[in-house]
Amino acid sequence: MGNYIPSTAGERQAMLQAIGFESMEALFKAQIPEKILLDRPLDLPSGLSEREVRSVMEAIAAKNHVFRTIFRGAGAYNHYIPSIVKSVVSNETLLTAYTPYQAEISQGILQSIFEYQTMICELTGMDASNASVYDGASAAAEATAMCRERKRTKVLVSATANPQVIRTIRTYNWGVNATVTLVPAKDGVTDWAALERLADGETACVYVQHPNYYGMLEDVDTAARLTHQAGAKLIMGVHPIAQAILKTPADYGADIVVGEGQPLGMPLSFGGPYLGFMACKQDMVRKLPGRIVGETTDKEGQRAFVLTLQAREQHIRREKASSSLCSNEALCALTAAVYMSAMGPEGMAEAARQSMSKAHEAAKKISAIPGFEMKFSGAFFHEFVTQCPIPTDELTERLECEDMLGGYPLQGELSGCILWCCTEMNTQSEIDRLAKVLEEVAEQWN
Amino acid sequence: MELIFEKSRQGRGCSLLPACDVPVYELDGSAVRKKAPRLPEVAEIDLIRHYSALAKRAHGVNDGFYPLGSCTMKYNPKINEEIAALPGFTRIHPLQPLSMSQGCMEVLKLAETYLCEITGMDHMTMQPAAGAHGELTGMLLIKAFHQARKDTKRTKIIVPDSAHGTNPASAVMAGFDVISIPSNAEGMVDVAKLREAVGDDTAGLMLTNPNTVGLFDKNILEITEIIHRAGGLNYYDGANLNAIMGKARPGDMGFDVIHINLHKTFATPHGGGGPGSGPVGCKDHLAVFMPGAPIQDAAAWAGADDQEMELIEKAAEEQAEELAAKQDAESKEMEKEAKDILKRLKEISGAEWEFGPIPALSIGSVRAFYGNFLVVVKALTYIMTLGREGIPEAAENAVLNANYLMSKVKDLYPVAYGKHCMHEFVLTLEELKKETGIAAMDVAKGLLDFGIHPPTMYFPLIVHEALMLEPTETESRETLDDAAEMLRKLLEIAKSDPDRLHAAPVTTPVQRLDEVGAARHPKLHYDFPE
Amino acid sequence: MEFPKDVLYMKSHEWVKFLDDKTALVGISDHAQSELGDLVFVNLPLPEDTVTAGEPFADVESVKAVSDVYCPVTGMVAEINEALLDKPELLNQDPYGAWMIKVTQVTDHADLLSAEEYEKLIAEEA
Repeated sequence: MGNYIPSTAGERQAMLQAIGFESMEALFKAQIPEKILLDRPLDLPSGLSEREVRSVMEAIAAKNHVFRTIFRGAGAYNHYIPSIVKSVVSNETLLTAYTPYQAEISQGILQSIFEYQTMICELTGMDASNASVYDGASAAAEATAMCRERKRTKVLVSATANPQVIRTIRTYNWGVNATVTLVPAKDGVTDWAALERLADGETACVYVQHPNYYGMLEDVDTAARLTHQAGAKLIMGVHPIAQAILKTPADYGADIVVGEGQPLGMPLSFGGPYLGFMACKQDMVRKLPGRIVGETTDKEGQRAFVLTLQAREQHIRREKASSSLCSNEALCALTAAVYMSAMGPEGMAEAARQSMSKAHEAAKKISAIPGFEMKFSGAFFHEFVTQCPIPTDELTERLECEDMLGGYPLQGELSGCILWCCTEMNTQSEIDRLAKVLEEVAEQWN
Repeated sequence: MELIFEKSRQGRGCSLLPACDVPVYELDGSAVRKKAPRLPEVAEIDLIRHYSALAKRAHGVNDGFYPLGSCTMKYNPKINEEIAALPGFTRIHPLQPLSMSQGCMEVLKLAETYLCEITGMDHMTMQPAAGAHGELTGMLLIKAFHQARKDTKRTKIIVPDSAHGTNPASAVMAGFDVISIPSNAEGMVDVAKLREAVGDDTAGLMLTNPNTVGLFDKNILEITEIIHRAGGLNYYDGANLNAIMGKARPGDMGFDVIHINLHKTFATPHGGGGPGSGPVGCKDHLAVFMPGAPIQDAAAWAGADDQEMELIEKAAEEQAEELAAKQDAESKEMEKEAKDILKRLKEISGAEWEFGPIPALSIGSVRAFYGNFLVVVKALTYIMTLGREGIPEAAENAVLNANYLMSKVKDLYPVAYGKHCMHEFVLTLEELKKETGIAAMDVAKGLLDFGIHPPTMYFPLIVHEALMLEPTETESRETLDDAAEMLRKLLEIAKSDPDRLHAAPVTTPVQRLDEVGAARHPKLHYDFPE
Repeated sequence: MEFPKDVLYMKSHEWVKFLDDKTALVGISDHAQSELGDLVFVNLPLPEDTVTAGEPFADVESVKAVSDVYCPVTGMVAEINEALLDKPELLNQDPYGAWMIKVTQVTDHADLLSAEEYEKLIAEEA
């Protein structure tokens, strides 16, 4: 059995004696009522040595299948992770530090967050970013809370947003009895006529994802115009790599930008840890939840960094704080910062262009196959929806035989359709191989 | 030190991606950004040196004693990192078919099973990403419970004044009003005040036990009973679970719903502020409100008979054999061991896992997917390493270390409450400040010059000039002796040469920052020269 | 420590200056600002909000604390001192010049102290 306690049995006995107890039991009995003390060992397996636990966990990991080729996104994206990213985030000091409350010995952490905030501002064109939140979905939910006011409590969410984001926004808003209404979709994008009808003087905000869940580019100019006409705030959900080439949310007139930062160097990891990024315009900075790092000077006048605007936060404002955020995803924010620095503006743009180009190449080939026609007609980024002539499960299984994770079978109204995704990781030959399998499927179907 | 942007030189970069091997698609001009983001343009060598320099200006658990109260800064075992970095965990898409991600499902199920046993709960979700996220989840469960019973007048959550700030903030996020009740002279819940505070508007109570002054509330059964009698539910903030794991269970103290901080109690690293993981556990009566879909045994759910179960077990065995066949002779022996151990876990590892239907009255989701999965992997590795014997042993030594350190410093600085403590204790420097002008902050800054991370300062709010120390079980006696000695030296300096302490720290790269200026005129990103 | 005589005080360290029967300026006292330390932000109500004597109407933030500010009078907010939003330090520099809100339609007031009474209270508290 393993443990990480340095003191020997003899040392423990001596320490017990020093504090006036004969045994550990006595130490606990002096403080915890006997009827609460557990009178049996925990029903857990016995502890393991490091060698044993390695074998056990490796055997468990081996029960998962690592796909060689992935054509699936839907909120988790298989982008290239530069080696230097893994190297930096394994740094033991950065890994094992806590929140940088003591600025004097935390300048490294604080500066890295300040740099991350700057990069998020650059990507989005916004004025301020926080130090990160749990993930993209909770970032969207927190953003809706930033917009609610006494007289404006209605939240409008485009039905083309990621369903998990919609669900999270609903859950957070249910908590405070605010209503969430979906703006319906039309041909894979938001139905703007419906938004015009729904947005009114009680609307706090409108959430639009761009590119949306189906990969489609939204008409964000119209979204901004209609939202602001109603006096509400526009929250944009974005894909951080796409943002290297897409018009900035600031140029569209967004008030808040959120997104899932996982594509910025975080592995798929069965869904987490990921990174929620949040940025906003100057006039909303004080409503931005979570930690924020600011630049200042020390007593010698040197540049220094510190957690700032803390009086917004739960540890000071308690029940009057707008969010209870405390721990965030700092190491993931560091990951993203190293990723963006390694890729640089050109590398990020290249990853975006290649993802988009490969998706268009795949779409061209797939949609030419009978039964796999494109579902929607508009412009898209690196995801797209096609029909599927056979039950989607069967298609998934067929692709598994080729060691390919196929597109994601959609549910609900789009049941029977497939959401495909390409990134810079997919090669021309993989796309050709995928098309070949789909052709076989189509032939059998005919 | 220069910012990465100041090290940027136009045209520099790292060579990472091959040329595009498909026809390049051009976006419609109106959708394209006008100006490239000003991200750094640096070579790999610039980048790695930048972060090496930043790391030298930081302090982690590996760098020295870190007695930051209520944060449980214990050693983060390296095996956990290696396991969580296995491609079999990192390269798994969260939406890949479950038949292809049974290992991930098993991790979640095992973690759920073990954490339920450790806490005395019936169900556990891994979805919440941190402690405060768990609190929000728990508060929403309590709200859903009352709503389902159409008991909508229950709008108030009772929180002791010694609680973490996240508690009242989370309660408000779930739409509750917060009633703060004062602690009694011993730093515990004032039972009489609690009785006065409860009523038919009581939705629940949020409590951490041991509490934030490091004491176990002996009246806990009476306290939870008062809330239950009034029709409310009890929420356990697991921040201090390290003091009692394997020794006592929140589920046996009358708590209905809890969160655990895997990044505190279960030794996963804090990463400069996250990611954490805040699983939420509940008793049976709250299961129908849980977020996300529960993990269940596919065969058992389908009402599989013994014969089917045998087949499934056989398949699992075959899989393990297949794996073993791939290895060379030496690791074969290790595989055999693994198989033996897996056999002991047979009940769980033989099953085929699937997500069951989302509970009928689920609160929904508090984030996407299933939680901070890799953090759960690390915590599970830790629990398996410690096992039935090691878990209580960790708690025992955490409490022993805290008491030992407290016994060495209590004559120097008064302890706020209690003769003994659990895993942490709180000193008050109120008298010292009156006497010498040296505040808790000055002593904290003085510790920086000794290479010790200061204790938590000015918390809990019920103690003036508070310093809260939590040594954890992974520190040796010498480390505690040294820390006590440094605190003694600082007291000497406070009395003999207070100005020296006001000037501390002197060894750190920067000293005593202008926090007022930072807050009055926030500068939250780099200003690029035009 | 200053205790100007042309204003009245609350025990909770706010001041009120009546411009006429129905109109008043409200701020925090010199003693309050000195206890609170360097202020970094002020949360003010919106014009046309109603305020109630004895109830909080604003809060002020220092780096590590936030404190409620109580209203000496009942009425409607006619104006807020917008200069404070950019320069909260004015509350530290000139507490009696840096009024926070102007209240009209005043219908009621809390228990108020004269400058002498308030000065005595501060002396006792110390």
